[in-house]
Amino acid sequence: MTIETALSIAGLVVVLAPLLLVLAFCTSALTRWTPSERTSARLTEASVLCGLLAAGFVFVGMLATGSRNVEIELGHWASVHGLSADDAYHFHLKFVFDRLSVPLVFLTFVLVGTVGAFANRYLHREPGYHRFFSLYALFLLGMVGATLAGTVETLFVGWELVGLSSALLVAFFHDRPGPVENGLRVWSVYRFADAAFLIAVVALHHVHGAGDFAELTGHGAWPNGEATLSSGAALAIGLLVLIAAAGKSALLPFSEWLPRAMEGPTPSSAVFYGALSVHLGTYLLLRVSPLLALSWPLSAAVVALGLATAAYGAIVARAQADVKSALAFASLAQVGLITAEIGFGLHYLPLIHIVGHATFRTLQLLRAPSVLHDYQSLENALGERVANGGGPQAAVYRFAYLRGQLDGWIYRFVVEPFLAVFGVCQALEMRWLRWLAGESSGAKAEPTAPDAAQKSEAA
Amino acid sequence: MNQLHLPLLEVAVFVPLAGALLARRAEPDRARRVAMFASGAAVAASVAAWFDLAVLRAFEAHDGVTLLGWLPGGDPFAVDELSAPLLPLAALIYFLTILATLRTKSARFSLGMTLLSESIVLATLATKSSWGLLLLLAAGVVPPAVELRRRGESRRAFVLHMGAFLVLLSAGVATQQFDALGANSEAIGACLIALAVLIRSGVFPLHCWFPDLFERASFGTAILFTTPLAGPYAALRLVLPTAPGWVLTLVAVAALATAVYAAGMSLVQRDARRFFAYLLLSQASLVLLGLELTSTLGLTGALCVWLSVGLAMTGFGLTLRCVESRVGRIDLQRYNGLHDAAPTLSGLFLLTGMASIGFPGTIGFVALELLVEGAVHSAPTIGMLLLLTTALNGVAVMRAYFQVFTGARHAGTIDLRVRPSENIAVLVLSLLILGGGLAPQPGVASREHAAEALLEQRASRGEPDAMDNAAAGESTATENTQPQFLPDHSSDRPARALVLQ
Repeated sequence: MTIETALSIAGLVVVLAPLLLVLAFCTSALTRWTPSERTSARLTEASVLCGLLAAGFVFVGMLATGSRNVEIELGHWASVHGLSADDAYHFHLKFVFDRLSVPLVFLTFVLVGTVGAFANRYLHREPGYHRFFSLYALFLLGMVGATLAGTVETLFVGWELVGLSSALLVAFFHDRPGPVENGLRVWSVYRFADAAFLIAVVALHHVHGAGDFAELTGHGAWPNGEATLSSGAALAIGLLVLIAAAGKSALLPFSEWLPRAMEGPTPSSAVFYGALSVHLGTYLLLRVSPLLALSWPLSAAVVALGLATAAYGAIVARAQADVKSALAFASLAQVGLITAEIGFGLHYLPLIHIVGHATFRTLQLLRAPSVLHDYQSLENALGERVANGGGPQAAVYRFAYLRGQLDGWIYRFVVEPFLAVFGVCQALEMRWLRWLAGESSGAKAEPTAPDAAQKSEAA
Repeated sequence: MNQLHLPLLEVAVFVPLAGALLARRAEPDRARRVAMFASGAAVAASVAAWFDLAVLRAFEAHDGVTLLGWLPGGDPFAVDELSAPLLPLAALIYFLTILATLRTKSARFSLGMTLLSESIVLATLATKSSWGLLLLLAAGVVPPAVELRRRGESRRAFVLHMGAFLVLLSAGVATQQFDALGANSEAIGACLIALAVLIRSGVFPLHCWFPDLFERASFGTAILFTTPLAGPYAALRLVLPTAPGWVLTLVAVAALATAVYAAGMSLVQRDARRFFAYLLLSQASLVLLGLELTSTLGLTGALCVWLSVGLAMTGFGLTLRCVESRVGRIDLQRYNGLHDAAPTLSGLFLLTGMASIGFPGTIGFVALELLVEGAVHSAPTIGMLLLLTTALNGVAVMRAYFQVFTGARHAGTIDLRVRPSENIAVLVLSLLILGGGLAPQPGVASREHAAEALLEQRASRGEPDAMDNAAAGESTATENTQPQFLPDHSSDRPARALVLQ
């Protein structure tokens, strides 16, 4: 067996380990067999350990052989040959281990494994224990898939799995409306980020004649890839990718989904929104860094968005009333800085920043309940509040406390007009149908959607 | 003429018809058993016909032994690569609907009428002749109309739309068949048929009957009338082969507008049935859109989306129906919190909902990918609007999931968990949705063959867009898929059918 074959097998194990875990949970759901907590935890541990060891083997193999780019080709998952080359389609499954994906896949396995062990105790005898671990497995598969993706389609699969598992975990405590509403907000932002990403691919297809991943990520091993688009095309496509990354990483103006996501259980908040999925947007920007190099206005836009987000996160974090929101915005400030670093054309610094920040923030979020407990003990012992070192000035306090009302603006200028238009259409349709049916105008009257939206907003 | 080894098509069509006669006067339990047997036999026969066609390696085949040989034009039923998977799909939709119908609902949901409707739908999908299709599409309108009358609901919206559909369809077919308008007969006939298809498919602004039917008829009947996608089937058989390019463009634009509009409307619905109606309308419009793209990729995508929409939306609708049969009409304005009371239904709702929007790992994913690719080849704007539509539908599905299953704690003491028969339906659907998602290539390859055959058929009639595609394919077509034209025995007009050797 050659070293290349061994690396390919190990690479395959990295992807198969979480996939088998998901299939195991799917089978248990279909057969209505509920595994014990111990079995769920053991399965998760085994999957994470297998994936981590295999990733380690690939890493050592790459170091030993001096290879910078190990590609795992799995062929075409689906293909249409078409009547001409232009009419053909191939869903190509390919995974790439390179200097960008290897550190991130390591980070994923380490953090998911650590937080899985934590969650095993934290959620002991919680009614949603199995649901949590099923969604957790889906998230792990999505993260590994997105991180190692060598084609647009593979990246999109991972991207979507992360989105779904994140939204459902935000709504984990689903017998209260709050988490559910927040889960829907997160899902909505993710859906539009996904759409922006796919539109970028469509635009690339239109400009270049093919939606080849290499055109986005550059030909050659990361970070030395070179894209071949024109500057204008790179700007247009890059801006769409930036919107997709902004949605996924909670950059401005989508930042308010991050504290909403903290409604989920602490382990998922820690590993998803503090550490991994919040960095998925910056990962995408790093992956398409050859595209950024083609257009300075695009790089400038990335820097500007990153710095604005960092400033926003830093200010807002200081006025939050709960620890998880404060940590979420502190996390956002760092993500903004990482984005700016990518815009400046740096590669390894933002990568190191992602790894360091994700690890540190996971620790902080997992420690958060204990810190609150320690503070309470300390204040009880002192008999007074512990001074917090001062917050922002009163002039910015209101802005910070209300988080700039970003969600409010989006709701007012995007969601509300949209619902209003379709609410009017709904009312007109009902009137038309009543007329057709020969019913009186009072029968089966429905209030329009904006009315309901206003009521819900008021509530 | 290729012949199936057994009279499978006639079994698939006539066993439900016989079942309808038996079930009509039987007491509820016996009627249920008869319905299960008849619809199960239809599933088995249609699946066998599909396999038999594959074994024959033919594009089209008739029953080897037929009871209908005495009809003018011979045996009217034929299965080809286009209809081969649609027949089992339609039969399965009926079987699962009957299987998931609780005994308590037998008074409201007529099993006899359902079997009659199944027989008509299967006959429609097995018929290629224009007049035969016209008659069967007209017959298919009767069961929902009868049910609306029985329920004492207003039938005006339904009857007006379906009346307009049948009048336009008859006028179009007659114009084409009798060359009533000389040289322009073909084009004017195609326009009239296209307009009829738009009404039957519920294309904006002729769609109001669609949510109205869901509101007034029983949920099962509405699902069965809409999910076999008779409108797109009529487009496939009557519009696509003959219509000029500009007619197809207009149909595509109307379908795209409907997809976006219905996706937006699904977000503001308060009633779960109306929400489902708009979601289905949006998804079905995507099929119609793909059919008009006239490229292999677009057509293959449309045919794949057809299968995924048929399975996923039926599952989605049946799940809603199961929930409704337990708690009554579902109000999407409030949280119903049914997850803990009905966890299996909750899981299936999410699975089928995600499949309907083309989520990875489900049958809809590759189908939608293909459709988007095909659309981008035609015009990038179409691809972008398609993506916008799926994004909106995704938000609508998740909103509905949260409203129905979460947000509150269900306080009832009645056991809401699924019954064994419902559980079988859930398992079958889940396996098909996930199986089709994990191993999509067999389905894609089969639909690609069918799409290429359709384009060849269109090219044979001299349509320039299809001729371009066909010319491009001459050098790439493989030996075993090289098409060959033979006289069409089932058609009543001088057309040529396609046989793949």
